[in-house]
Amino acid sequence: MDRTQLLIGVAMMLFALGLFGVVVRRNVLVMLMCLELMLNGVNLSLLTFAHQAGNAAGAVLVFLVFVVAAAEIALAIPIVVLLVRDKRTLNVGSYDELKG
Amino acid sequence: MRASLTAIVLLPLLGFVLNGVLATALGGRVAGKRFVTLVGCGLPLLSFVLSLVALAQLAAGGWQPIVETAYRWTQLGDRTFDVAFYLDRLSMVMLLVVTGVGSVIHIYSVGYMAHDEGYGRFFAYLNLFLFFMLLLVLGRSMLVLFVGWEGVGLASYLLIGFWFDDAANARAGKKAFVTNRVGDAGFLLGMFLLYQGLGTLEMDRINAAFAGGQAAMLPASLVGVLLFIGASGKSAQIPLHVWLPDAMAGPTPVSALIHAATMVTAGVYLVARLAGLYLQAPEASALIATVGVATAFFAATVALVQTDIKKVLAYSTVSQLGFMFVALGVGAYGVAIFHLVTHAFFKACLFLGAGSVIHALGGEQDLRKMGGLARHIPVTFVTFAIATAAIAGIPPLAGFFSKDEILWFAFASPQGGSPLLWAVAAATALMTAFYMFRLLWLAFLTPSRIEPEVEAHVHESPWSMTGVLVLLAALSALGGFIAVPHFLAPQLPLPAIDASRHATETLLLWVSVALAATGLALAALLYAGRGERAARLAVRWAGAHRWLSAKYYIDELYERVLGRPLVWISDRVFLRLSDRVLIDGTLHALAALGRFGAALLGRLQTGSLQVYAWFVLIGIAGALWWGVRHV
Repeated sequence: MDRTQLLIGVAMMLFALGLFGVVVRRNVLVMLMCLELMLNGVNLSLLTFAHQAGNAAGAVLVFLVFVVAAAEIALAIPIVVLLVRDKRTLNVGSYDELKG
Repeated sequence: MRASLTAIVLLPLLGFVLNGVLATALGGRVAGKRFVTLVGCGLPLLSFVLSLVALAQLAAGGWQPIVETAYRWTQLGDRTFDVAFYLDRLSMVMLLVVTGVGSVIHIYSVGYMAHDEGYGRFFAYLNLFLFFMLLLVLGRSMLVLFVGWEGVGLASYLLIGFWFDDAANARAGKKAFVTNRVGDAGFLLGMFLLYQGLGTLEMDRINAAFAGGQAAMLPASLVGVLLFIGASGKSAQIPLHVWLPDAMAGPTPVSALIHAATMVTAGVYLVARLAGLYLQAPEASALIATVGVATAFFAATVALVQTDIKKVLAYSTVSQLGFMFVALGVGAYGVAIFHLVTHAFFKACLFLGAGSVIHALGGEQDLRKMGGLARHIPVTFVTFAIATAAIAGIPPLAGFFSKDEILWFAFASPQGGSPLLWAVAAATALMTAFYMFRLLWLAFLTPSRIEPEVEAHVHESPWSMTGVLVLLAALSALGGFIAVPHFLAPQLPLPAIDASRHATETLLLWVSVALAATGLALAALLYAGRGERAARLAVRWAGAHRWLSAKYYIDELYERVLGRPLVWISDRVFLRLSDRVLIDGTLHALAALGRFGAALLGRLQTGSLQVYAWFVLIGIAGALWWGVRHV
């Protein structure tokens, strides 16, 4: 098993772990962290393929994704904080206003 | 000095704009009453003066028609439509009547409307009316005439409903407007036919084309009948007469100017203007004479028993218009215009006199609550009596000459005159004399039936009103000596009647005088003292009396035959079926479909983030699977 395969395997595991967490866990903060895991899994696979292709642009793109991810989390955290303050719970099961 | 026809027409429009903007709620009533009076009366008077100048100019030019093109309206292909004014003998007569009588009625209104809140608005409307009436009279093309025709209808509508606080007035205005639309449909169709056949709407060319036989392709009688439908709407002939008596809801000067002297004679003017066409349309002329005499007779019978002073005068107007149409129908166009002129004098005088009576009694219009007014308001009484004698046909006042000529041509004209036509018209003339003297007796001569507290305040009107009454009474007395038919003869020749029938003419003349005198005597006999004889007669003929008082139930008939089916169709077909079932139903069905779909899809919105995450997962998996399979 060469290094590329190993890294792709790690990336897939990270993504799967994150997905599992999002689907299974009910704590909104944990779900947010799992989302980040998924994002990093994807990031890792991007980096791996870039390395394999010997393309520096791929590596640069990863930094771009980090910046966007930071901005996104900076928005997401206040939303979660507001939600929690409103509902007094971290349980996403209580956030059901959109139920049809 | 040259008079500009355009200026004559536009001056009243200027008055309308000035007063309409400065003296109404629109412009915050910045102009004072004095300004309104000056503009409202001054500009029509100026128009009248310019008309006199135009008369001098027309005479100096050997009575050659003056054509003045003010503006090119539009050009379609090689056809042009101009706003052109046309002044010949006929429009000269009309011009003088409209501006002359119009101006004095404006002056009368200064006194009559002095205490009205809508003083500025009233003069603005009156000036607007005058503008459109002048457009109607002076227009060379039927298109311009039609603009004026609709415009006077608009002004009439606005002025009938002048006191629109009262719903009845607003309804009367609406009735006038809608009834006129019926006639206008005929007018438009006639105009289309003429344009299709001749390619021009200029009335002098139309007349020339018919006289020259270039219009042989065109069914003259059909066009004539269609245009007469329009004329009968405006001039209140059967079956479109119903709006005029209701139009008396407007202020009395309006009744005098629009609904007696000028606007309602527009139909007569139209037929006379297109005399060339009607000379080639004997069937249409016969119809005009028949409708005219029927209207004259019918309206006179209704006027016999009316108790509202203005209603009597309104039916009398309908009846007199019928006389004019009789003259038109037998080809005596000049005589019809003659009666139009004298009628404008004496009917304006009568209406303004009635206005003076109503003014004196503080708004009372019911003849049963009048009487004995001769002592209180002598000037009004004398002028009213002169005008009454004039309309009744007492020689040598104005109405005698014009009505006698109509009767003579109804009897002897080779273009449709007949003894039967004469007999009905003569019976009408007798009734005219009777109901007018009845009015005079009831209002002025019988013992007073006025309520005491009203009687204490009875007063003669201000000089601006009585002065106008005196002027119009003088015209009613002397107007018969203006030889209008003779003046118009070069343009509108009278039907040639064999000279051997001169003896008959003299005989019929004496019959006319006798009829007028009989009417006078009958009224004096029946309404002497407290009018017991008339009351007994009314009881004895109660059925007929009720029938006449209700105006033959024609309004009720129209309500049954036209009103209710229309309401039924509107309600059942247009509202319930078309609007509610088809249009609303379609929309409601679409909305219900949306609501149903939403309810179905709404089940997917569980509110659980995990479920959404699963959806996303399934979606991505599906997309990947599809991508692997197909790409």
